[in-house]
Amino acid sequence: MVEQTFWDEMTGGGADVRTVYGRVNEWLKSTPPDVLAARRTQAELLFRRIGITFAVYGEKDAAERLIPFDIIPRVIGQSEWSLMEKGLIQRVKAINAFLCDIYGTREILRAGLIPPDLVFGNPHFRPEMAGKRAPHDVWVHIAGIDMVRTGEDEFYVLEDNARTPSGVSYMLENREVMMRLLPDLFSNHRIAPVENYTDLLLNCLRSVAPPRSAGEPVVALLTPGPYNSAYYEHSFLADRLGVELVEGHDLSVRDGVVYMRTTQGPRRVDVLYRRIDDDFIDPLAFRPDSVLGVPGLLDAYAAGNITLANAIGTGVADDKALYTYMPEIVKFYLGEEAILKNVPTWRCREADALKYVREHIGELVVKEVNGSGGYGMLVGPHASKAEIAEFEKKLVAQPDNYIAQPTLSLSTCPAFVENGVAPRHVDLRPFVLTGAEGSRVVPGGLTRVAMRAGSLVVNSSQGGGTKDTWVIEDA
Amino acid sequence: MRIQIHHEIVQTFDPAAKGLIESLRLAPRSHEGQHVIDWRIDVEANCRLRRTEDAFGNFTDMFSLQGPIETLRIVAEGVIETFDCAGVVRNSIERFPPELFLRDTDLTAPDAALRALGATIKSDDKIERLHGLLLVVREAMQDNEDGESAASGLTAAQALAAGKGGTRDLAHVFVASARAMGAPARFVSGHYFDDGKAGAQCHSWAEAYVEKVGWIGFDPVHCICPHESHVRIACGLDWLDAGPVRAASLGAIAQTMAVIVRQSGFQHAASAQLQGQQ
Repeated sequence: MVEQTFWDEMTGGGADVRTVYGRVNEWLKSTPPDVLAARRTQAELLFRRIGITFAVYGEKDAAERLIPFDIIPRVIGQSEWSLMEKGLIQRVKAINAFLCDIYGTREILRAGLIPPDLVFGNPHFRPEMAGKRAPHDVWVHIAGIDMVRTGEDEFYVLEDNARTPSGVSYMLENREVMMRLLPDLFSNHRIAPVENYTDLLLNCLRSVAPPRSAGEPVVALLTPGPYNSAYYEHSFLADRLGVELVEGHDLSVRDGVVYMRTTQGPRRVDVLYRRIDDDFIDPLAFRPDSVLGVPGLLDAYAAGNITLANAIGTGVADDKALYTYMPEIVKFYLGEEAILKNVPTWRCREADALKYVREHIGELVVKEVNGSGGYGMLVGPHASKAEIAEFEKKLVAQPDNYIAQPTLSLSTCPAFVENGVAPRHVDLRPFVLTGAEGSRVVPGGLTRVAMRAGSLVVNSSQGGGTKDTWVIEDA
Repeated sequence: MRIQIHHEIVQTFDPAAKGLIESLRLAPRSHEGQHVIDWRIDVEANCRLRRTEDAFGNFTDMFSLQGPIETLRIVAEGVIETFDCAGVVRNSIERFPPELFLRDTDLTAPDAALRALGATIKSDDKIERLHGLLLVVREAMQDNEDGESAASGLTAAQALAAGKGGTRDLAHVFVASARAMGAPARFVSGHYFDDGKAGAQCHSWAEAYVEKVGWIGFDPVHCICPHESHVRIACGLDWLDAGPVRAASLGAIAQTMAVIVRQSGFQHAASAQLQGQQ
């Protein structure tokens, strides 16, 4: 099989266990499989009791289900993490600068660095935001940057999520469950905490309140409601943040000011952590048939009376076609080389690239530029001939709509599966918080595991699982 | 030509709306083809009109009201002097490069039929091709007598399939097929002064961009380029960006998941009178 070609985070491909995994390895060796199985059952029970569920779109009988949780932690050394952290902050800084520019004077287009139609033709570019400034010039307050590892020092950014990245509740819950299940293993390690994420988030949201708002800024979390697949996370975060969880009809805009209904009457809102897509957020400015949004919200934003986190129109920066330009974007705005590498990508809009992609489609991963969550993509090596033929038709019809990447040899981590401990592919989504005073990253992030042997798709909507991520002091 | 316009919108709410928020695009701006001499907007209710400029450079007036509101009258009126510029729009407010107007929107997404409209025109000259498109659109679409189509919400593709529509639908069909031909195109709302008729209607047409010339208006209803009878109010990617009124009644929104925007319906009356030749 191809297993040998993947870099394993525990063994590093060699016979010895890497130092950061030393204690985890000992624990795995000394713990009989039935104890691990018992722990896994307990973990599942805990998750069920907490009620942390997830809805998979397109599946009828599974309105809500549990994301598989793997009890073996993923371990990252502090020095590895420090480098990654620097790279993440740099990248998010560049994304924010890019958004300020693209909705402002559009210098980068004048410099000829990006084809203008990538911006103006991008469905996530919002003309309505042009000429508007985000309070404190922060557009992306919460970013989820998907990273993969292919070797000892090889980290790649797979994609940027600059709209409303989800998954942070799993990061927090996973840690809590692990602490209850395996307290001994915990006391053996010095693990960087993640529990302060919500405090950091609240500080970040308060810091970006409109400059003219008086007193302690009022923050609220805007959800599309219980039918959204991430509703659990919305309610979880609102609870941890200590802010109101509101739906569109709880808010109203009067004379350019946003108010929330409370039992004490209307209360002014300064910052909205919104988890509603741009299209639905304001029926007066965007889709008029939206019943989820708040009419007049964009006007209140333009009047400088509310901060939206993330701002409207940030999707233009996490587009997969634009992703290929990220190294140039970092250099253009910051004058530095990008610390984090991009996965080599073929832009199917370019004729040569399209030709190459069609010739090598069996080896590549082809993605829709605006797709997310593992939908609308083709994993060449794992697709049947019929699937490839079907996909190629779509590709040829609209090459602009696709990019292709090599199937990365994603690193593996030990996971506890049906038949014992076995390596499974993982990725990592760290969450970068940006407020008025700069960016912070909680050590670690959400590790997603492809629970099926050999599978490279880690998306939870496609049956991927999660595990706790430990950033530990180097031994 | 000097045109005096009295544009009145009466909205009725049944049951009375508890709250209302609207954005109005009823105020024209001057450019080479028209000079706004005098213009005012009146909302007959106790509220504050806040004027801003939207991303396309149109004047936008926002107001919000606390209910109960049963009827609401909005009047936009004023005097405008127009000049025949053979349809070319110069010195208008432009906030975007023409490339932006190649974007598809939900209302103007092209289908096979819309693409086919432009494909039949054989000419190398861009302006000729657009004039050709004007004829093709006019032939493909019958004009409803009532001007503005009652059933709003129709997409360009749906309107073309139906083979008839109001001025808005014709403009959408033109915009969508012009973009499919590779020409940046946009939707324009405004007024058309018609001497023969007692009262004119709100009107819509399209503009397409041609290098070295600029934005040129195309009115598929009258099959002409706009001249001094056309008063240009607002432009955008489609009707949603440039239409006269977007409203949300807050009362209805408080009833969970059951919002029909403009459910209570409002009467839409416009009249344009000739004030005097220049």
